Amino acid sequence: MNLYRILTEKPWQHNRLNDAGLADDAVLSLASSPQKIALMFFLGVVAVLFALFITAYVIRMELDDWRPMPESGLLWFNTLLLFLSSIVLQWTRNSLKKGLDRKLKTGLLIGALLTIGFIFGQLEVWRQMAGEGYYLYNNPANSFFYVLTGIHGLHILGGLWVWTRASFRVWSGTDPEEVRLSVELCAVYWHFLLLVWLVLFALISYT
Amino acid sequence: MAYIPIADQPSELHDPHSFITKYVWSQDHKVIAIQYACTAIFVGLIALVLSGMMRLQLGYPDTFSFIDPSNYYQFVTMHGMIMVIYLLTALFLGGFGNYLIPLQIGARDMVFPYLNMLSYWFYLLSVLILLASFFVVGGPTGAGWTLYPPQAILRGTPGADMGIVLMLVSLAVFIVAFTMGGLNYVTTVLQARTHGMTLMRMPLSVWGIFVATILGLFAFPALFVSAVMMAFDKLIGTSFFMPAIQSLGQDLGYAGGSPILFQHLFWFFGHPEVYIVALPAFGLVSDVLSTHARKNIFGYRMMVWAIVIIGALSFIVWAHHMYVSGMNPYFGFFFAFTTLIIAVPTAIKVYNWVLTLWQGNIRLTVPMLFAMGFIFTFIHGGLTGIFLGNVTVDLPLSDTYFVVAHFHMVMGVSPIMVLFAAIYHWFPKISGKMFNVTLGKIHFWATFLGTYAIYLPMHYLGFLGVPRRYYALGNTDFIPDSAMALNANITQAAIFVGIMQLVFIINIIWSLKSGPKAESNPWDATSLEWQTPDTPPVHGNWGPKLPVVYRWAYEYAVPGVKDDFVPQSVPPEEVEMEEGAGKYVDRSEEHH
Repeated sequence: MNLYRILTEKPWQHNRLNDAGLADDAVLSLASSPQKIALMFFLGVVAVLFALFITAYVIRMELDDWRPMPESGLLWFNTLLLFLSSIVLQWTRNSLKKGLDRKLKTGLLIGALLTIGFIFGQLEVWRQMAGEGYYLYNNPANSFFYVLTGIHGLHILGGLWVWTRASFRVWSGTDPEEVRLSVELCAVYWHFLLLVWLVLFALISYT
Repeated sequence: MAYIPIADQPSELHDPHSFITKYVWSQDHKVIAIQYACTAIFVGLIALVLSGMMRLQLGYPDTFSFIDPSNYYQFVTMHGMIMVIYLLTALFLGGFGNYLIPLQIGARDMVFPYLNMLSYWFYLLSVLILLASFFVVGGPTGAGWTLYPPQAILRGTPGADMGIVLMLVSLAVFIVAFTMGGLNYVTTVLQARTHGMTLMRMPLSVWGIFVATILGLFAFPALFVSAVMMAFDKLIGTSFFMPAIQSLGQDLGYAGGSPILFQHLFWFFGHPEVYIVALPAFGLVSDVLSTHARKNIFGYRMMVWAIVIIGALSFIVWAHHMYVSGMNPYFGFFFAFTTLIIAVPTAIKVYNWVLTLWQGNIRLTVPMLFAMGFIFTFIHGGLTGIFLGNVTVDLPLSDTYFVVAHFHMVMGVSPIMVLFAAIYHWFPKISGKMFNVTLGKIHFWATFLGTYAIYLPMHYLGFLGVPRRYYALGNTDFIPDSAMALNANITQAAIFVGIMQLVFIINIIWSLKSGPKAESNPWDATSLEWQTPDTPPVHGNWGPKLPVVYRWAYEYAVPGVKDDFVPQSVPPEEVEMEEGAGKYVDRSEEHH
């Protein structure tokens, strides 16, 4: 992809014609399928969303009524679960590439179980925090903690919904070749949400 | 080549069978475009009526018993929000984006038709939630369209109970709808172009819509974030934005929040939003001007670059909406600087439009009148923008009618002029019928002159210091009686312009029912949508074979060519020449 070449093209001249009388197809080939391009843009949107939340967090933190929350050890365990689920999905994706279809169902299942474990782990952290009297509205640090983990969790749930659709096709016996793209997109999305979580986790722990 | 299979797979097309799948749960981009447009125009008319009510109060204070201060602020708020988001954004991107992208790049549909359909239904849901707020206790929110905290969610502001909550929910749903549509538009432009349609051969309409969509995708999250946090402040009692406040001696339980933080988030969305509306308008008007002036658009490449540069700059100017919020002077200096830089690419565009007209063979059709009217109103609104971009000039003018006049000229009237130009221009293709030209011209002159009668005097009121946002001015020393008389005149003009929009509605309805049948390419235009085998285009757009593109979209008045235009899809060897003119050569070879 050569953006400069594309943007300096002179469409009123026909001097780059090939034999068929057509211009070179200087298409912007970011990815091989529309689904991948759409996912890239979607990840961009989600990245902006979290970047704005984080900016708001940092600005709000500077104000003097900020009282940091205690850190729950469970968050480390949850992080491990999400990390493993990301690895398992990557492993599934790789084995599909190599044509090892048998591992597909196992990989999808383990990945989902780990992810669901993460969700329940996060809910447990919420319960712990609320049990110790750290409610959503006590302090801006608490508010941000619940909102950030909540929004992140919702994105994970969205991923699980796509996972469910892909799995439904796998279990109904669709040709693994046809679900390869879905698995690939899921894996990328999981990595991305892991990355977002690591940033959020660092932010929450550091402050 | 990845994009051709997507665009040219008739077997994958979801041919609709029943009335329901064809017109209601439709996945056809053209039907979705019309659904978007009709819904947007419907809420737009509501917002127009609301502005008429505001003007009645301002022109004739203490006359109408059904307008009290609460109503007035509710009208102001809903008028602004509906016009900016639910009319302009939805009509440009959901309406024209949906209709034109596949047709102008030579695709059969959007790449994700199902998502496209969902996008419309989410949009409709957001509109219904918004309109529902008129019927809840306390009515819709009256916080102003910027919804600034703390007042937006405090008692005393109209609609502080349910109105503001419904507004926030509606915005969130709208953003979800926009994101689904936006991913579709971007992906379709990048992946579904037909053979030969390089990025730099796309009509400027597609460029404007494409860049505006990217802006929308990355700007709307800011509104989403602020809406979510404000909803928490309102419903759960968090203090993201809410400082410690006492109301009637009672502590409200908020502490330490930052209203300025909301303003930053809001305007980080709010300023790109101006260009989300303006860039598609720039694109559409370029195509209309070039077609009806029978001349290639002047400086096509520069036009594309200007769109891209304006889009990029629009993300670093937001705080010019906050000069009066008490910011650091260096901060203000930076934002004044970036703001004034935007004038450069914008001025390039204006010069290029004017130079496109120069020595053109101008056909004063109805769309052309609106397009030329846009050049006037946009220059006008743009120039006052340079006033307000400077901090020292903005401070005294910020709270006056000068600002109201400025933004209505630049992002109210101007985009609306383009919308009318575009609707009249593409109406024959969309409906297969011609509109009534006389009614169209009456509509143009009434709207063009009428809006000037409304907004030109407002600049003067602003210089006098007449404050905006006030329900009634009362007896104030520095506001002379003549200003009150002027206000009454503005109201008369506003009511006149509002009523004259009925001419447009009547024209559309009459033309749909009994207008003469439109030819396939009534304006002798070059771009692909005018070359479809059927008018209006049927499902799948192109019949069995996709068009192939041989040139850009602006091959007008080529010397020696029999017609004064060469469509993008006609092969060079099939171009008919005048006798003795020789073989068709393109412009560049001619100059060598």
